Amino acid sequence: MSYSGWKVIWQGLTGNTGWKPAWREPDPKAAYDVIIVGAGGHGLAAAYYLAKEFGVTNVAVIEKGWLGSGNVGRNTTIVRSNYLLPGNEPFYEFSMKLWEGLEQDFNYNAMVSQRGILNLSHSDPQRDAFARRGNSMRLAGADAVLLDADGVRQMCPFLDFENARFPITGGIWQPRGGTVRHDAVAWGYARGADMRGVDIIQNCEVTGFIMDKGVCMGVETSRGDIRAKKVGVAVAGSSGRVMAKAGMRLPIESHVLQAFVTEGLKPLLPGVITFGAGHFYVSQSDKGGLVFGGDIDGYNTYAQRGNLPVVEDVCEGGMAIMPMIGRTRLLRSWGGIMDMSMDGSPYIDKTHIDGLYFNGGWCYGGFKATPASGFCFAHLLARDEPHPTATEYRLNRFRRGTMIDEKGVGAQPNLH
Amino acid sequence: MIINHPLLGPRDAQEFTYLGDASLIDRPDWQDENAAEKFHDYLYIRDNPAGQHRELWYHEQGDRSWLVVTRDTLTHEITNVELARDVAIAGGRGR
Repeated sequence: MSYSGWKVIWQGLTGNTGWKPAWREPDPKAAYDVIIVGAGGHGLAAAYYLAKEFGVTNVAVIEKGWLGSGNVGRNTTIVRSNYLLPGNEPFYEFSMKLWEGLEQDFNYNAMVSQRGILNLSHSDPQRDAFARRGNSMRLAGADAVLLDADGVRQMCPFLDFENARFPITGGIWQPRGGTVRHDAVAWGYARGADMRGVDIIQNCEVTGFIMDKGVCMGVETSRGDIRAKKVGVAVAGSSGRVMAKAGMRLPIESHVLQAFVTEGLKPLLPGVITFGAGHFYVSQSDKGGLVFGGDIDGYNTYAQRGNLPVVEDVCEGGMAIMPMIGRTRLLRSWGGIMDMSMDGSPYIDKTHIDGLYFNGGWCYGGFKATPASGFCFAHLLARDEPHPTATEYRLNRFRRGTMIDEKGVGAQPNLH
Repeated sequence: MIINHPLLGPRDAQEFTYLGDASLIDRPDWQDENAAEKFHDYLYIRDNPAGQHRELWYHEQGDRSWLVVTRDTLTHEITNVELARDVAIAGGRGR
């Protein structure tokens, strides 16, 4: 069923009785061409693009819980392509372009809102660094506008410009950045993949990999063995646990990132705003709540909850740039598990096991990458070669010395 | 989280900074035949278990000792705290 404004009106007039489920709930077949483990944003996007762009439709997406139950349903919904390094920026700009055409592409309202993202600078060196970053972005075809303090003041007069410790000296603005309704991304991709014949099998846990002479032949699941020519794992957050079943150790630590939402407020923030002297990023949802987050808690964990010191730290970051939110009440907070990689950048690669492919290590920036990650993973699965924008996301890059370390902090996952 | 420091008693985890897996104590020998490969695994590859995890915490806002904390990564429950010094000596490092 395709969606349109006309259909919404018609269904509204006829009691909304004509809507059908957006995807099937099929039983697993004995074998597929490709199995994707994990029906999160990246796994569903990979299945969607496999079917749509690469003509591979005999695909199953296997999910332990319900689709979209992981980080695609738990993030702060920000999309942007404001990276510095050549290994990253073309990939994220590719993702940004896919976001821009996404809703027409998969005929689903994902509420893509290009309200812009503003990164504040608080010192002259930081402004210089932003100028460099902006040039790097523009070289990759992205948009970036360097603002001085007056430019920021025009856009966001409510910020604390004269803060004694963190005065705002300017910022870098990416007008095409913004927010996307995160759940709808998973639903849209799931529906699009399902329509093209992909089986999305929920409540089916992968318990192991079927190996024959060192080649991956499929997966063992709680609903029986399912064979496949290729198996792609896209389970960021649980990568360590799942890949351990194939005997692999990864350049990844699992950490928890907390996020927060306040009570609903009148329209307040024009777009996404980030604090440059600490770590705080905030946007306002369409319901009015301020959605924000900051640093990861910083210790290995698989518990989807964090601790209070980070709550305090994040709120202090918010207060440092916009004291007006001091009396806003926090409505909810939650935590999600991040694949923190050793250089802060992700992996989309074949493993050393034939037939087994890996997508993970997204740190806490996986949501914005969803379309490109899915596209590039599909490209790799279909053609056995990396997409031109994802050639650097190799698992062996530490061995070769070609890390993609945006912050330059080294192999310390809790600092990325 | 409260870390029960072997010398100072219960301390708030906020006083500490976190390094990572306690296997980082066991730095490979640079003269080993396959030292490059060992250092690659030592620096970049992690067990990253869901469950009991032995990890290094540094009491930066306290007595600046390194601790080996055994903590459950599913519940955050801490079951054992040792001085990293003792662990290293017991493992045959140091004099």
